[in-house]
Amino acid sequence: MPHKTFVRAPEWEIVIGLEVHTQLSTNSKIFSGASTTYGAEPNTQADAVSIALPGVLPVLNKGAVERAIKFGLAVGAHIAPRSVFARKNYFYPDLPKGYQISQFDLPVVGQGALTIQVEPLSGNAKPYEKVVRITRAHLEEDAGKSVHGESQGVTGVDLNRAGTPLLEIVSEPDMRSAAEAVAYAKALHSLVRWIGICDGNMQEGSFRCDVNVSVRRPGEPLGTRREIKNLNSFKFMQQAIDYEVQWQIDTIENGGKIQQATILFNPDTGETRAMRSKEDAHDYRYFPDPDLLPLDITPAMLEQVRATLPELPQAKRERYVNELGLSAYDASMLTASREMADFFEDAVDSLFSQVRSAINLGAAPCAEPYAAKLCANWIIGEVSAQLNRDGLDIAQCPVSAQQLGDIILRIVDGAILNSGAKEVFRTMWEEQITWSALGGKQARTADEIIEAKGLKQVSDSGAIEKIVDEIIAANPAQVAEYRSGKDKVFGFFVGLAMKASKGKANPAQLNDILKKKLAG
Amino acid sequence: MLNSSLRQLGSALRARKISSVELTQLYLDRITALNPALNAFVTTNAETSLAQARRADALLAGGKAQPLTGIPIAQKDIFCAKGWRTTCGSKMLENFIAPYDAHVIEQFNNAGAVNLGKTNMDEFAMGSSNETSHFGAVKNPWDMTRVPGGSSGGTAAAVAARLCAAATGTDTGGSIRQPAALCGISGLKPTYGVVSRYGMIAFASSLDQAGPMARSAEDLALLLNVMAGFDERDSTSLQRDKEDYARELNKQVGGDKPLNGLRIGLPKEFFAAGMGSDVAKAVEAAITAYKKLGATIVDISLPNSRLSVPVYYVLAPAEASSNLSRFDGVRYGYRAPEYADLTEMYEKSRAQGFGAEVKRRIMIGTYVLSHGYYDAYYLQAQKIRRLIAQDFTDAFKQCDVIMGPTAPSTAFKFGEKGDDPVQMYLSDIYTIAVNLAGLPGMSIPCGFGDNAMPVGLQIIGNYFAEAQMLNVAHQFQLATDHHDRAPQNIGLQGS
Repeated sequence: MPHKTFVRAPEWEIVIGLEVHTQLSTNSKIFSGASTTYGAEPNTQADAVSIALPGVLPVLNKGAVERAIKFGLAVGAHIAPRSVFARKNYFYPDLPKGYQISQFDLPVVGQGALTIQVEPLSGNAKPYEKVVRITRAHLEEDAGKSVHGESQGVTGVDLNRAGTPLLEIVSEPDMRSAAEAVAYAKALHSLVRWIGICDGNMQEGSFRCDVNVSVRRPGEPLGTRREIKNLNSFKFMQQAIDYEVQWQIDTIENGGKIQQATILFNPDTGETRAMRSKEDAHDYRYFPDPDLLPLDITPAMLEQVRATLPELPQAKRERYVNELGLSAYDASMLTASREMADFFEDAVDSLFSQVRSAINLGAAPCAEPYAAKLCANWIIGEVSAQLNRDGLDIAQCPVSAQQLGDIILRIVDGAILNSGAKEVFRTMWEEQITWSALGGKQARTADEIIEAKGLKQVSDSGAIEKIVDEIIAANPAQVAEYRSGKDKVFGFFVGLAMKASKGKANPAQLNDILKKKLAG
Repeated sequence: MLNSSLRQLGSALRARKISSVELTQLYLDRITALNPALNAFVTTNAETSLAQARRADALLAGGKAQPLTGIPIAQKDIFCAKGWRTTCGSKMLENFIAPYDAHVIEQFNNAGAVNLGKTNMDEFAMGSSNETSHFGAVKNPWDMTRVPGGSSGGTAAAVAARLCAAATGTDTGGSIRQPAALCGISGLKPTYGVVSRYGMIAFASSLDQAGPMARSAEDLALLLNVMAGFDERDSTSLQRDKEDYARELNKQVGGDKPLNGLRIGLPKEFFAAGMGSDVAKAVEAAITAYKKLGATIVDISLPNSRLSVPVYYVLAPAEASSNLSRFDGVRYGYRAPEYADLTEMYEKSRAQGFGAEVKRRIMIGTYVLSHGYYDAYYLQAQKIRRLIAQDFTDAFKQCDVIMGPTAPSTAFKFGEKGDDPVQMYLSDIYTIAVNLAGLPGMSIPCGFGDNAMPVGLQIIGNYFAEAQMLNVAHQFQLATDHHDRAPQNIGLQGS
């Protein structure tokens, strides 16, 4: 009796918490000097510490600690002045020491919170904001990889990844839908990249999510949770949660009970299956690692790291709305990544500084909010569409923020129309791609393209008057209609005039002249 | 030559009265002759040692010698030495050739010393009699039917039998001091963190400390000068200014007696039931000698020291159970020849690769860390550990050094305590508290017991008091000759 429909609220409430492993972007491992570069030949980045030779000892990488602090500050968390590394003991071939160095009862980052923008999946619900509490975040080392199937009957072990620094970020069970869980994961993904502590590459395993899912009837205590391990795409997360929630509801509605378990999601079938139950859960025999001193973080170190923190997405969003007058939606789109926000701000800066320095702008609106709104529309609209089409991200955008500013400047000063600007933008885009492939030659400037393509608006009133006179002469019936009071026919004249000017007539000017002449 | 101090050997080498190659060959020949009976060395490598000796001779000829340049030193087989088989006394590492040098080895290499070979030891340093070594027990040179102590028994026997000029040991619960006492030599366990543990195969990380073993306190000072020092590869290594541990050796103090003003604390708990009467007699005689040297006696108490053995046998196995997890047959070391699957590979490799005492401690350690037992055992033991350390802190408000027996008896016979691990564990009853507190401790010969076996006097100092302790020992050795006595039948006649 599998239900194909989505969960039937409000009979059931979904409760979701996440544990996210983010790989910290240090050059070397958390307890040794071996490189962390992805994709090297097996075991070429496994030094004496990585393979746990007898007698070797761990030495903590300060860069990993700084990144953990940075994250803690970014989510407003308490940073523990003293935290402790513990050993998590279990045997596995990819765990060379027979224990993983992690943090257990004294993690470096304590309670914090992250504000997320949720876009509900059901059609008519509105986007909303939600605060997800973060329980803790702790430093630990990654394991290596078992490599199966290279040769018959033999399992290989690649220890390149062993000892890679991870920050495990644990949330409270605050999420109430797959959409919220995905929104949280995306916000976290954006944040760790934003503050530069993780490259966020999900294919390479730099950002891996474990999702704890349970269901309950509203008002009841928390249900038993099952943990979906190692999700490395937001799409899979969505699918895995949907399937798991439905499975749990079906199980309970059919009189079954949920057993605590660790489960895996199979992207090919879209199903989850149990990996191990609580009964065969490990006793990890945690105890403080005697090879490492407690990690003491001084107020001075905290301030040092704080000074390196960029303006955070939430603060930017608020500033965009309050100071630049953008909508909450635009602000949220523009802060999807730090690169996006940087691009936007660079474009606004470039445009605004030119607008201010120009002295002959006449009546053109030149307030910063106007420039910001134009840039926002362009980036969210045309720029994003082109990036999508070419499969690029904003950091790879062929048209730079300054170039975009130059194009928009010509809209602001009335030299070109929006339609003309799009043509300039696309031309510049293509030229930049082609010419950079051919050896670094720059695309033409916005003004050069406008000039070459003859896109400049006709603001010469004599030329417009001539067009209008010709139209009036050629369409006496419509002129009579207009003069008899049928205002609607005005649009007909505008259309003809625009066509005749090949779209280059200044619309405001055209309006004025048309009205005057039609009035007779 | 064989009875010369390190200082004398250094002078002879620098004066070119003997070359390092000749000295090294002399010891190698003695090892060839005596080691089959003593079993003190697990590995020698004459070619490598002599090559090092030749390099030392070049330095000596060039006038670039340091105090230990050219002197053959034996290394406990717990230190990784590049290109050397490093077994830790275990079948698990029977064929393990270390690809890197431990900090201690590096320091000796940089000092121009010659690595004479690797000395036998209890398996993974777990034992007090050397009977747990996979390579067979070391014999006590004073009586081949008796144990040399452990776990640094091979080193103690080699030094006592003049198979090397001096050697290294490690001490987790008494593994330097107890064999030093049983073999009639001097040994020093420094303050925890003074000597880097990098490259020293871990037993119990929070207790392990390397130190020198030699025939006199003066030799110990010269060795510690080489071994000590900050090492960034060991997070528990202490960042301190380099010090000369020999600086206090002949310092004149006020008055006519060399130890005027020294206050010696005698813990009543160390002089209670359990100590052999012959040991008590020798220790008391040593205290009398110290009074003659100007020291005064203070009665002190270490009330929690009685708990040190049970606390140690919770904490050390707990750490060991985790430290020894890396010996799983996957990447190096022993792997069972036949197994059906991964679990069986682990089980068989570890069951066959480890000896009984190691397995016993892994099981104890696994148990005390297990869910539901951790608080009752591990956490409780950590609390008592702090109380034991506090006892010493209080005691050092009243005295400068603490003295007592190193071990409750002289060297016992092979097999005597083999059936009862607890009896064996009690051999370290006086030494363990020092490791739990992280303090420096040493043992020096102070006479002989009923069976003519050596007795050791333990000297415990405050943190970083090594230089002072070495002088306290040195003054005793200037006034007495226990440390100069050598066993019979080690081929010294006529040399």
